[in-house]
Amino acid sequence: MTETLPGAAIPNPTDEAAITAAVDQAIAAIAGAGSLDELKAVRLAHTGEKSPLSLANREIGGLPKDQKAVAGKLMGSSRGRVNKALADRTAELEAENDARILLEETVDVTAAPRRRRAGARHPLSTLQDRVADIFVGMGWEIAEGPEVESEWFNFDALNFKPDHPAREMQDTFFVEPPEAHLLMRTHTSPVQVRSMLEREVPIYVLCPGKVFRTDELDATHTPVFHQFEGLAIDRHLSMADLRGTLEHFARQMFGDEAQIRLRPNYFPFTEPSAELDIWHPGAKGGPRWIEWGGCGMVNPNVLRAAGIDPDIYSGFAFGMGIERTLMFRNEVGDMRDMIEGDVRFSEHFGMEI
Amino acid sequence: MRIPLSWLREFAAVPAGATAEDLMAELVKVGFEEEAVHRPTDTLQGPIVVGQVLSIVKEPQTNGKTINWCQVRVVPEGQQQALTGDGIDPSGVQGIICGAHNFVEGDKVVVTLPGAVLPGDFRISARKTYGHLSAGMIASVRELGIGEDHDGILVLSRIGLDPEIGTDAMDLLGLYDEAAEINVTPDRGYAFSIRGVAREYAHATGTAFTDPATKVQAPAELTGGYGVKLNDDAPIYGKPGCDRFVARTVRGVDATRPTPLWMVSRLRLAGIRSISLPVDISNYVMLELGQPTHCYDLDKLSGDIVVRRAVAGEKITTLDDKERTLDVEDLLITDGSGAIGIAGVMGGAATEVSDSTSNVLVEAAHFDEVSIGRSRRRHKLPSEASKRFERGVDWHVADIAAQRVVDLLVELAGGVADQAGTDVGSAPDAVSIALPAGFAAQRIGIDFTEEQITTSLVDLGAAVEKNDGGWTVTAPSWRNDLETKEDLSEEIARLVGYDNIPATLPVAPPGRGLTRLQQQRRRLIQALADAGLTEVLAYPFVSKAANDTFGVAEQGAARSAVKLANPISEEHGYLRTSILPGLIEVAKRNHSRGFRDLALFESGLVFLPGSTVGTASIPPLGVKPADEVLDALYDGVPDQPLYVAAVLTGHDSPAAAAHTPRAWDWSDALDIARLAGDVLGVEIVVSQGTHQAFHPGRAAQLSLRTGEVVGYAGELHPKLLAAHDMPARSVALEFNADALFEAAADVIVARHISTFPVATQDVALVVPQDIPADQVLDALREGAGELLEDVALFDVYAGKGIEDGKKSLAFGLRFRATDRTLTADEASAAREGAVALAAERFGAVQR
Repeated sequence: MTETLPGAAIPNPTDEAAITAAVDQAIAAIAGAGSLDELKAVRLAHTGEKSPLSLANREIGGLPKDQKAVAGKLMGSSRGRVNKALADRTAELEAENDARILLEETVDVTAAPRRRRAGARHPLSTLQDRVADIFVGMGWEIAEGPEVESEWFNFDALNFKPDHPAREMQDTFFVEPPEAHLLMRTHTSPVQVRSMLEREVPIYVLCPGKVFRTDELDATHTPVFHQFEGLAIDRHLSMADLRGTLEHFARQMFGDEAQIRLRPNYFPFTEPSAELDIWHPGAKGGPRWIEWGGCGMVNPNVLRAAGIDPDIYSGFAFGMGIERTLMFRNEVGDMRDMIEGDVRFSEHFGMEI
Repeated sequence: MRIPLSWLREFAAVPAGATAEDLMAELVKVGFEEEAVHRPTDTLQGPIVVGQVLSIVKEPQTNGKTINWCQVRVVPEGQQQALTGDGIDPSGVQGIICGAHNFVEGDKVVVTLPGAVLPGDFRISARKTYGHLSAGMIASVRELGIGEDHDGILVLSRIGLDPEIGTDAMDLLGLYDEAAEINVTPDRGYAFSIRGVAREYAHATGTAFTDPATKVQAPAELTGGYGVKLNDDAPIYGKPGCDRFVARTVRGVDATRPTPLWMVSRLRLAGIRSISLPVDISNYVMLELGQPTHCYDLDKLSGDIVVRRAVAGEKITTLDDKERTLDVEDLLITDGSGAIGIAGVMGGAATEVSDSTSNVLVEAAHFDEVSIGRSRRRHKLPSEASKRFERGVDWHVADIAAQRVVDLLVELAGGVADQAGTDVGSAPDAVSIALPAGFAAQRIGIDFTEEQITTSLVDLGAAVEKNDGGWTVTAPSWRNDLETKEDLSEEIARLVGYDNIPATLPVAPPGRGLTRLQQQRRRLIQALADAGLTEVLAYPFVSKAANDTFGVAEQGAARSAVKLANPISEEHGYLRTSILPGLIEVAKRNHSRGFRDLALFESGLVFLPGSTVGTASIPPLGVKPADEVLDALYDGVPDQPLYVAAVLTGHDSPAAAAHTPRAWDWSDALDIARLAGDVLGVEIVVSQGTHQAFHPGRAAQLSLRTGEVVGYAGELHPKLLAAHDMPARSVALEFNADALFEAAADVIVARHISTFPVATQDVALVVPQDIPADQVLDALREGAGELLEDVALFDVYAGKGIEDGKKSLAFGLRFRATDRTLTADEASAAREGAVALAAERFGAVQR
């Protein structure tokens, strides 16, 4: 392409046919430009300083006064048409160009690497939070305490008589020297005692945490596990209130269809005592009752140990295992999966439960 | 406790067709959890019949053994064989090969016919062996699964039986009976007996109950018997060790007589092995009535029996032939020769009954629960007797149990009972409990009728007397667990049925939600997980070496740690003072399972004992301790702060197309620690650190602005990694999260946000190599004054163009004023101030 059309005569700006021919020629060239580069050459040829239309335009100055207006009008509209065609074609070509470039930039989105890795919470930890949230939603508070504990908080304050066989039901880790009366808490109940000593009645607390028993690790036992225990102390609390609370909690955890059952049992710290079963419609091997935990009305001796008058106040308490809950809620078949720290176990759950 | 159904049926209305499962389904309603079913027919099937050995042909074999080719009649002579099937001989006589030799022609034996199945899925069929078709087996107790006796086959005549040929041997041996095993909670000693369980079955089903104690006719009074003295001069908690001792004498007993099969069968189903007739009788009565008894060989006793505490150094050889040194707290049964039994726990070897015993002294005594429990624990001698005594036995059943033993010795062992007998001691006061009207309703939430209350209590065996405000209830003598009105409420609820308790939801007072500490902890754990780390939970049990390595910074220093008295393994006998040992184990486990890129963290308590460990004594139960006693209890509990630790090894992400993963390095450990600080709003100050678990040149000490050291981060020591089979360059961090929580501001005061333009200036400073960048940064910050909005290190360079022993640190400084647009001169002046202070402190030279 060249900047001018060689040998072309300069059209007369008053010669409408000649000017129209030049315009038509320009518009045809513009339409024929296949790329922005080609269009640039076309633009120079047809609108550049040496293009016929520019040259013709320059002639207007030398025309007689009476022809100037006619020529000016003709040239103005003619150049306007060319410029518009140029602008339209530029936009067209640019759009084509953009589209092509974007197309060329296509990637295989399925081959994208993962650079950030989401970590994961341990499901026991997530479940513990979930349980706490349910009770916090009911206005309860969360209480915690030490894992190495004084024997008094773990046993005596909970009405375990020093020589009663019940004391041996919980296989206890004792701390050296034995005369110091320290042990690893066998349940989170010592936190209940601490709560009663530290707080004013009414008390509604949930005590989650780690507990310890001298069991060897196998598919259903672990020496370290987690519990959550609830304690409510108020005026006029009855076993019906216990049942209502557990029922509400079970439905929050397992849905509106959840049912619970209480069976007589024995714990030194509650009287009456009950075993808590939950109806599990989706249990492997068919719907059935599953043992979930223990509960009962707080034994007056426990209240006395915390300086609470059992003639004025009564209370209820309950306790469940978090591992056990996870096992039947989320179908964990082997206790060891929760203990060993295999990343596949936690990562499968992610941040949810 | 295992309950043979046939036994229970004697005293409770258990339907004829009921199974052990049916029984357990009833008992669970009144608080006895199901444990197991013991049903011989689950593993044993007939035809198993009584046969008579007609002839024995002894056939020596080439291997030196002799086998017996026997003809055994299994259908009475003259009758038709009703059974059909492969290997059943229509003649009623089976040809059977037998390797045992303890029988002779004419003996009645147990024959398992073809088609029978024995325990271990051993199917009996006719098969060719030793040149004969052996059609069945002559069985031993072992093969039938009813004993461990190796002495060859079971010869019925030798156990005193002469049943008709063809009798169903399974019926004869009690093998159609079955037992339900239930769990008895420690408060209910009475349920360790058929008597107690039968009563509970009646409670559960509302059916009739016959007290086995009422079937025994014991004399109202016993006098003139064997001399017994109760001489407890050191009662525990003021309770005499023995408050009743019944002794009865039976003479002319044949101790060698076989125990009747019905008794053997019931004992076996109850889990007790048959030993000898007198011992079996004693055990049988214990299971039936809950009262342990003991039989002495009367002729081996010398002088009066005295029940007393042991004297220091006293010894006894118990029935298990072990010599035991006694403690002064042990309660003993003694005679003129010394100790003849540890009361309620185990008898002595010297006076036990044997085959040659003909005169028996029967003991049925009542002992203090605590005393027996302590002796049992001290001597590690759990026995059926001690189990019952330490839970409590009915004081009033002692003479009845003794009479029952006497009756059985007379009936089964051919003895003659002395009219005279001994019964010393005095009954404890009956426990009388005031039950106010309305109390049980209030506690349980059921509006009990008066009738429900009184009927329940009377059914239990209590005496109930109405008074003005309610009832006076006298607990039955076998229920030592009933002491308070709460106990009675449970009994009423239990008998009326827990299923009748309604559900009401109490409303807690407005709560405060999670505490700030609880929220901080959640935020921290969630932030670490969100940052790509995986949370794990390891055990807190570690070795001493692990605590010494990870728990203290200085090499060679021993960590004071909590030691367990009874760890699961001695190797992990201590409680952790650092999270890292457990975390490294978890990392190793994952690594060995093929996971190379790991970022693990754990939050958990560590155990840091102070100077006070525990308390020398603990206060009694049921009373609030005095404040100073409580304070001592609190103070004696070791410090247990929450620590957080992480271990990173491998790369930050999996390798992928167009992505090169970055290997974790020491700086990641620091970065995570700082991130933890950021999410809590606490500045973590990093300085070059020294910790024996870390690389000496790549460890950072983490502190708060106050100077308090809160943890360490960096690359783990190469030798430690090698020793733990961990990949080189693994990194770790650990910090005291509680310290961070505490350092966090309660309220964050907003800062004014200036919208005036920023002026940025960079500066490169040459400083000696050993000057930490962080300190130069501090100097710049301080020297620049308040116009400085932010300063960051963006490059560290040493090498060409920089003098040896020095390095160039490049910082970007961002200036902004709160009230005007800064001029270039103002910004430059501030920068020069910053550089000047760095120059003054570290000899920094601007490049």
